[in-house]
Amino acid sequence: MATLQLREALRRAMTEEMRRDERIFLMGEEVAYYDGAYKVSQGMLKEFGEKRVIDTPIAENGFVGLGVGAAMAGLRPIIEVMTWNFALVAYDQIINGAAKIYQMTGGEFSVPMVIRGPNGAAENLGSQHSQALESIFAHFPGIHVVSTCDPADSYGLLKTAIRDPNPVIFMESELMYGYKGEVPDEEYLIPFGKAKIVSEGTDVTLVSWNKQVLNCSRAADELKKEGISAQVIDLRTIRPLDEQALFDAIGKTHRMVVVQEGFPFAGVGAEIVARVTEGAFDALDAPILRITNRDINQPYATNLEQLVMPSVRSIVEAARAVVNR
Amino acid sequence: MADEVEVPEVEITKEQLLGWYRQMVRIRRVEELAAKAYTLRKIKGFCHLYIGQEAIAVGAHAAVDAKDDMISAYRIHGQVLARGGTARQVMAELFGKQAGITKGIGGSMHMASKELHFWGGYGIVGGHVPLGLGSAFAHRYTESGQISLTFFGDGAAQQGAFYESLHLAQLWKLPAVFFCENNYYAMGTSLDRQSYLTDMSRRGDGVGMTRWQFNAFDVVDVYKNVKAAAEYARSGKGPVILEGVTYRYRGHSMSDPAKYRAEGELEDKKKSSDGIELAANRLRDDFGVSDADLAAIKVEIDEEAQDAYDFADNAPEPDEDALYDYVYAPAEVE
Repeated sequence: MATLQLREALRRAMTEEMRRDERIFLMGEEVAYYDGAYKVSQGMLKEFGEKRVIDTPIAENGFVGLGVGAAMAGLRPIIEVMTWNFALVAYDQIINGAAKIYQMTGGEFSVPMVIRGPNGAAENLGSQHSQALESIFAHFPGIHVVSTCDPADSYGLLKTAIRDPNPVIFMESELMYGYKGEVPDEEYLIPFGKAKIVSEGTDVTLVSWNKQVLNCSRAADELKKEGISAQVIDLRTIRPLDEQALFDAIGKTHRMVVVQEGFPFAGVGAEIVARVTEGAFDALDAPILRITNRDINQPYATNLEQLVMPSVRSIVEAARAVVNR
Repeated sequence: MADEVEVPEVEITKEQLLGWYRQMVRIRRVEELAAKAYTLRKIKGFCHLYIGQEAIAVGAHAAVDAKDDMISAYRIHGQVLARGGTARQVMAELFGKQAGITKGIGGSMHMASKELHFWGGYGIVGGHVPLGLGSAFAHRYTESGQISLTFFGDGAAQQGAFYESLHLAQLWKLPAVFFCENNYYAMGTSLDRQSYLTDMSRRGDGVGMTRWQFNAFDVVDVYKNVKAAAEYARSGKGPVILEGVTYRYRGHSMSDPAKYRAEGELEDKKKSSDGIELAANRLRDDFGVSDADLAAIKVEIDEEAQDAYDFADNAPEPDEDALYDYVYAPAEVE
């Protein structure tokens, strides 16, 4: 078992897949000669050459759309966006194109592609570079949405994403590219739609994904000191959503807090609350609370930024509230 | 500087031209019946007719290889038919029936066929142009020897996705032909009111792309210009942007009475530049085809179109149990 940084785990997944399948290529801004804006693709140009590791001009609408077309033609594009904020420039290609083409053409054309890059806030990057955008992609049928930063999970999920015959939105985390974790040496794939129980507990379930899982684990440690047993669930994929894991959790702890970056309005947290309330109402002993970014665009200053983001403290307080302590 | 491309004259046989004439009549007749069905509410939603522009679909299809990928916007019935789709497949799709080319799911704007290398119609103006770019990229990547042919209108030539596609295609010298069907109207806004430059091929100048404009009313002109462009792109020299000047006879869609046209404009175009009439003249003058022979073709096509209409009218609706079958592709589709 090797200890890998997130960026190394992602690179290992892409490299193994590209060795296996000639149809796969990596395209994006600075992925080749610069070795990746966040060094995820470091060394890949050297191994695979200019044909398969391709620098682009700053033209997301064009090169994301190129990826959709190349996938329709039978290739397996991995399109890197420097951040998901920039992918909004190509939103039409993803939503009106990639997500719809298989159904719209009556199954004539499929779009087997991965669009990947960092999502969510890093630090002090201001309004336009700090958004967590899972909900505005997961809204649409026809695409899968993965959001994760654990190195071992990211490796297995990215390999699944590359082999999936549908478009996959793969969301990483800028702050976590250097985050280390144990990654098994043997090859493995992790199926979509399977949440992971990070730690067991009996009083309350903290549901999250990507880097907020770490805040949930810290909150669980704090709660333990107060005699509250919190379990932490990492959804890993947003669409498909592991509804059964949520029902099982509420059946066990009867109380739940959902922790997400991104705005509260029509966010993924709202979807989870709705699903659990509709599907497991009788198991609920308290309303499900959401901890989200505040409903305000990201400010630059450190103190203000910390004020708008989910924190260990806000998670602990929400957990206390649902267990009536 | 972009290359200048010489468009050579072409030798056309009687059989070729008769075939093209037949296809153009077929497109027009199928669409005339579609218009009738629309007024009877048998066809619903949007229905953008191609009548007046038939020479482009027919001439362009004839000028490229059957394995080249063709992609277009939302005025596609004629292009599907030109590419080899049957009148029954098209009409049944318009009627929203299971036997339609996209099983009644796509509708008027989204007909597609992998077998025919017709990548479909797209309803977001300009949004499909990057897909044509992706096709060209894939042909380069796999060294297939094929090209992509992307149709769009004068309206789409104002979109950013279109411009980015030209830029990337030229940067990487991809085997692509971009074909602007300039029919003078972006929905209801006339060309001079929606674009400072009125020759859309000049959009290629900003990226250094080989480009030219030509009159696209005569199917033979379309054939020879697209042939020259396709040969250039296929040779590895890079992409081409063409503008074919054309004219649509109907409104933007069935709900548009097209009151924005200048008085007499439509009648003048019909008289001087009708693709079907121009082909008929050539057939009579150059090949001695009689009026009776041409009339006989029209009768045959009338029967085929009516058959398609009756077929679509009586065909079963899409299977409701299959509603979710095409949301996600199964692994075996790979």
